[in-house]
Amino acid sequence: MGLPKNNNETKEMAQSLIREIDRLITKPVRLMEVCGTHTVAIFRAGIRQLLPPQVDLVSGPGCPVCVTPDEYIDKAIAYASRKDVILTTFGDMLRVPGSTSSLGEVKATGADIRVVYSPLESLTIAAQNPHKKIIFLAVGFETTAPTAAATVLATKKQNLTNLFLLSAHKIVPPALKVLLADPAVKIDGFLLPGHVCAITGERPFDFLPKTYHMPAVVAGFEPLDILRTIYRLAKQIHDDRPAVENEYKWIVKPDGNPAARQILSEVYEPTDAVWRGIGTIPDSGLQMKDQYSAFDAQVVLPMVTKTIAKKTACRCGEVLRGIIKPTACQLFGKDCVPEHPIGACMVSVEGSCAAWYKYGSGRYTYGT
Amino acid sequence: MCLAVPAKIIDKKDQMAVVEVNSIQRQVSLMLLPEAGIGDFVLIHAGFAIQAIDEEEANLTNQLLREMNGIA
Repeated sequence: MGLPKNNNETKEMAQSLIREIDRLITKPVRLMEVCGTHTVAIFRAGIRQLLPPQVDLVSGPGCPVCVTPDEYIDKAIAYASRKDVILTTFGDMLRVPGSTSSLGEVKATGADIRVVYSPLESLTIAAQNPHKKIIFLAVGFETTAPTAAATVLATKKQNLTNLFLLSAHKIVPPALKVLLADPAVKIDGFLLPGHVCAITGERPFDFLPKTYHMPAVVAGFEPLDILRTIYRLAKQIHDDRPAVENEYKWIVKPDGNPAARQILSEVYEPTDAVWRGIGTIPDSGLQMKDQYSAFDAQVVLPMVTKTIAKKTACRCGEVLRGIIKPTACQLFGKDCVPEHPIGACMVSVEGSCAAWYKYGSGRYTYGT
Repeated sequence: MCLAVPAKIIDKKDQMAVVEVNSIQRQVSLMLLPEAGIGDFVLIHAGFAIQAIDEEEANLTNQLLREMNGIA
């Protein structure tokens, strides 16, 4: 599909993009990749090391697992501890620390927690276990939220009455606004999350150039996609003409996926949401509408949990906002490693700390 | 978590499709992309087709880069 003909051609294309980026950027800039999948792709391809020294890449709050707060994990654990419940979840969530435990730990002591690849698998589990209540942990950004909404519609259609969602879906643009309002966060441009934009289209990010004079380019996930995106950002910075551009056109249409958004807004409506490390952001989350409350675990099976504020030296919050690099945290690589994560950024494979730990320190000067 | 993979639809029945990814077949839902048909390349995320892949655009992108490279 239009891929370069061979490795030599890839190399030549990359080299010419890097030369152009170097020519266009004359003073130090910090570009933020918002998506955790980008964070990993950038590390894998060694893009930080390829870029000229004046261009620095910073990871943002784009890993849904990482920004899920303790309260949500505590609640999920409380549900999983009930004998009448089967919890279904994406695998990433198992090791996220709550205030006292993790889902992985309660699973080891006998809780029925099943890892699924698709939320739809919960329907099969619900049909096979009519005497149990199945609760799916619905987390993720705009890319994933429509799959949860579609699952609710499918549950309704199949007349299943024992499948519920514990929703903590979040939407990206309000978090970017909060970052830009924080004087500690210094960013010169955004690599926009390609698969979020596949659903939303480009328009929800128009505020970046319009309100904040901020360059923004929708990015794909192959090394050349990312370099092309950085080249576009460099050109916008050089010309001082910020705009939302799209370097992932074969996936991201200007209007995104209207059918997916329609299903999403049928089931969900915006609400305030708590982001780990950032706090409450107005209208940055999704809650199920009243007419779908029969599928909302928190309505049908309300549980009160108490979250104990942890005393920890973990600096996840600053990492998530791109203020410090993971290595600036005193726990990183010592008390906090992927096998024994203390903060959520070390848990998910797409977390900044986990990616940083796995792929080595490289050149990363931001915040030092 | 926003990882998604391209796949080709090889069969379709109602709102479900069989897709092939790296020679492995799996079932996905077309609820979020109802207009997709057999032979289409689509992007798969969490068991759902979430967007159609525009092959022409994909080819064009790298063609532009080739031209730029020729000039550079």
